[in-house]
Amino acid sequence: MIAATIPDLAVFFVGAAIIVVGALGVILAKNPVHAALSLVMTLFGIAVLFIEEQANFLAAVQIIVYAGAIVVLFLFVIMFLGVDKAEDITTEPIVGQRPIAAIVVAALMASIVALGQLGHWMVGTHASTTATTGNDVADLGRSVFTTYLFAFEATAALLVIAVVGAVVLARRVSPDELSTDEPEVAQVPEDLGATMTAGEVEQ
Amino acid sequence: MSVNPSWFLILSALLFSIGAFGLLIRRNVLVMFMCVELMLNAANLSFVTFSRMLGDIGGQATVFFVLVVAAAEVVVGLGLVVAIFRRRHHAVVDDLSSMKG
Amino acid sequence: MLHAAYLIIAFPLLGSLLLMTFGRRLGEPVAGWLGTAAITASFVVAVVVFFGVLHAHQTDCIPGLLCQGSPIAPGSLLNDQFVQHLFNWVNVGGFHANVDLLVDPLSITMCLFITGISAMIHLYSIAYMHGEEDFTKFFIYLNLFVTSMLILVLGGNLLLTFIGWEGVGVCSYWLVSYYFQKDSAASAGKKAFIYNRVGDVGFLLAIFILYSQLHTVSYVEIFQRAGHLSPLWATMAVLALVLAASGKSAQIPLFNWLPDAMEGPTPVSALIHAATMVTAGVYLLCRLHGVVNLSSTGQGVICGVGLATAFVAATVATSQSDIKKGLAFSTVSQIGFMVLAVGTKNYEAAIFLMVAHAFFKALLFLGSGSVIHALDGEQEMVRMGGLRKVLPWTFGTFMIGWLAIAGVPPFAGFFAKGSVLDGVFAKSPVLWALALLTALLTAYYMSRLFYLTFTGEERFTAVGPNGEPGIEHPHESPWHMRFPLVVLAILSAAGGAIDLPWVHTWGLDTFLNPVFLTTTPAATNSGSTQLFLAIADAVVAVAGIGLAWVLWRGKAARPELTPAFLKRVWFWDDAYDAVIGRPATALSKAAAIVDDEVIDGAVLGTATLVRRGADQLRKAQDGYVRTYALSIAAGMAAFLIYLVTRVFS
Repeated sequence: MIAATIPDLAVFFVGAAIIVVGALGVILAKNPVHAALSLVMTLFGIAVLFIEEQANFLAAVQIIVYAGAIVVLFLFVIMFLGVDKAEDITTEPIVGQRPIAAIVVAALMASIVALGQLGHWMVGTHASTTATTGNDVADLGRSVFTTYLFAFEATAALLVIAVVGAVVLARRVSPDELSTDEPEVAQVPEDLGATMTAGEVEQ
Repeated sequence: MSVNPSWFLILSALLFSIGAFGLLIRRNVLVMFMCVELMLNAANLSFVTFSRMLGDIGGQATVFFVLVVAAAEVVVGLGLVVAIFRRRHHAVVDDLSSMKG
Repeated sequence: MLHAAYLIIAFPLLGSLLLMTFGRRLGEPVAGWLGTAAITASFVVAVVVFFGVLHAHQTDCIPGLLCQGSPIAPGSLLNDQFVQHLFNWVNVGGFHANVDLLVDPLSITMCLFITGISAMIHLYSIAYMHGEEDFTKFFIYLNLFVTSMLILVLGGNLLLTFIGWEGVGVCSYWLVSYYFQKDSAASAGKKAFIYNRVGDVGFLLAIFILYSQLHTVSYVEIFQRAGHLSPLWATMAVLALVLAASGKSAQIPLFNWLPDAMEGPTPVSALIHAATMVTAGVYLLCRLHGVVNLSSTGQGVICGVGLATAFVAATVATSQSDIKKGLAFSTVSQIGFMVLAVGTKNYEAAIFLMVAHAFFKALLFLGSGSVIHALDGEQEMVRMGGLRKVLPWTFGTFMIGWLAIAGVPPFAGFFAKGSVLDGVFAKSPVLWALALLTALLTAYYMSRLFYLTFTGEERFTAVGPNGEPGIEHPHESPWHMRFPLVVLAILSAAGGAIDLPWVHTWGLDTFLNPVFLTTTPAATNSGSTQLFLAIADAVVAVAGIGLAWVLWRGKAARPELTPAFLKRVWFWDDAYDAVIGRPATALSKAAAIVDDEVIDGAVLGTATLVRRGADQLRKAQDGYVRTYALSIAAGMAAFLIYLVTRVFS
């Protein structure tokens, strides 16, 4: 393996630092707005590392779609709903959630790293489907419209369904459907109740 | 030119773990969604790394699809958050426990 | 023409399926007409196939050349047998059972009278069942019954026959307990079913024995290989078949379900418990004549069972006060005669008596149904009498049936019973004497029944012994009921013509001979002996009628002639109750304790354990999304740790 040059190393470590700091910011910020802004930082750091790995197109998409669209959507929802008040993260209502989560996540991390270091499947260079030619935009375009054409078309359907779903979920509910608190027991739907006669209800 | 790919993978694992930990300890639905995004990005990072290691564009293509799925997921997820908020005027997951056994 | 054989079964099946699907919508009386039409169509097909068989018979059909369509190699069939292969059914290892129909003179004779009489009885039922709540259901069962009976008769192997055998059993159960709201009807249905099940064990044993020895269940192959049966196995097989026949055909020791089966509607009694189903056992023995021929011990047992049943049932029939029960015991007795004929290897006579009996017994049952219909459901003969003027049609037709069963020449019963008795005489004069005594009893009890019902005072107008109100104006039945009576009366009167003893060139005997390939024992009697026997039969019939006239003329009841011993069927049911019923009840009570304490305890204990465990497990479902997410993460961590250990090792 060719030894890494100093600029490469510098880019990697700076990017890694941005990512980790941003990620910690997401999970530790009390205010959701701050968390969203930290998320932008992480996403930006990942875009930097994509460029380091010659995935130029993905880096651009990362900035535009993630940092641009998705985080803006998050911020929009936060502002729209007015949930930007700080959350108390010093207490934990579920007993034992934090220590167990820490242990489980540490185990996960350790296992992934161990597998990465020990796995003999990581060696060698052999393209199984589509070899790279150095021009990632052309490669990606070609593979998406040939090898992955069916998946690509399916994403179109997925997006349409997601949009329809979001519209249905966010539609304005009628006042009688809306209740300030959910009842504990599910009610009999109105149309079912209407078809039952008084005698059946008594039974 | 090339930084050791293992470092990228370790960074990816770290990012995934931070995301998972955040998901497990935070109670705000929106922040939990952000943590899910962190985990997805960790996976994306390792896909791109593998793509480079194996000289195969398939990894990058997968990332492309993950982006699409993530976008769809955010749209639906935020729709759910809005719907929940309309009824309950807060977005704290621990209060949504009516499915208790 | 022979290829249409499958349609004989298909029409009733189609009829029952249509009635099941649309019957409730069609309602009364369209559903009844549909059922009748299905059976009539089946009868027409049977006639067509019959002419096909007759044609093959006359042209001396060489199987495989003229009788095409057979999957079996040419020359392997007996004369006049035609196998229609419908489809493969069971084909496992060396075991082959296909859905084949065996069309030969024997099965087509059966088909003709089954479909013909069924059509008459269906027509009759439209009027008889008028106003019943489950009108449609009745016709579903009837059509299904005819389907099963035809499968039984036409089946080309033992297994297919067994399907039909079970089918008629279950239809009989449904129809006997048709008025299931009545306790007596429900338990009569169960009794019929359980007695039949005991007989079924015999059938199954026969199938097992024949398959284990001959490695086939197909009739054609059984006939070819019957010679390989050792005498011991042949006897075992025949004994098993006798058990089967005694269950289905109500012979000793399993005969006493049949009188109870009279709880069903009267057309059912006529169709199932007189004309068709109860002859299935006799048919089975005739079908497997090749096996029966091999065992003289078996033939002796068959003779004994048949004669004993005929005699016992005839004595019991002299003391019955219920008109239908009297006819039921008469049926048992008559089937005893058929079994006796089988035991003397006189299969043609058995079939002849079966056909003739189907005519006159269906007629008698339908006539009794007409009487019962007129008297608003009254079945006790004490409350009848003098119906001659009120029910002229019923009286006239019933009289023909009575003379036919009594054996008065020239009605059908005289010839049929005569050919049975001829065979018995050829075998043993002692048996013949006993059979003749039974024939005397037959004439006596039928005459008693006839006098009590149709002559004497009009007792139905008075208030009954149990306070039943008098019946003022009994009415003759509608034409749907009268028409079958007239047709059956004509057949009972002239039915003897199908096999006249002095005609040897045509007739049932000649027609069936290629199947049985035996010389009729009756033919071994010399001409003068035959004449003597015929005169003896006629004298006995007239004597029985005269005896009854002397004893019963103008009487309603004579307790000294109807002792409890006979009324209660030689205490047969009581004996079963003491030997089987009570010990079984005691055993069941003991088993119930085990059931309550041990089995229920184990089951309930398991249930309690599961419920407590579930209560504990339920706490894991605390409703918090984050707990579930933690569980997922923990599972993932566990999986990865397992992978790491695999990579390390």
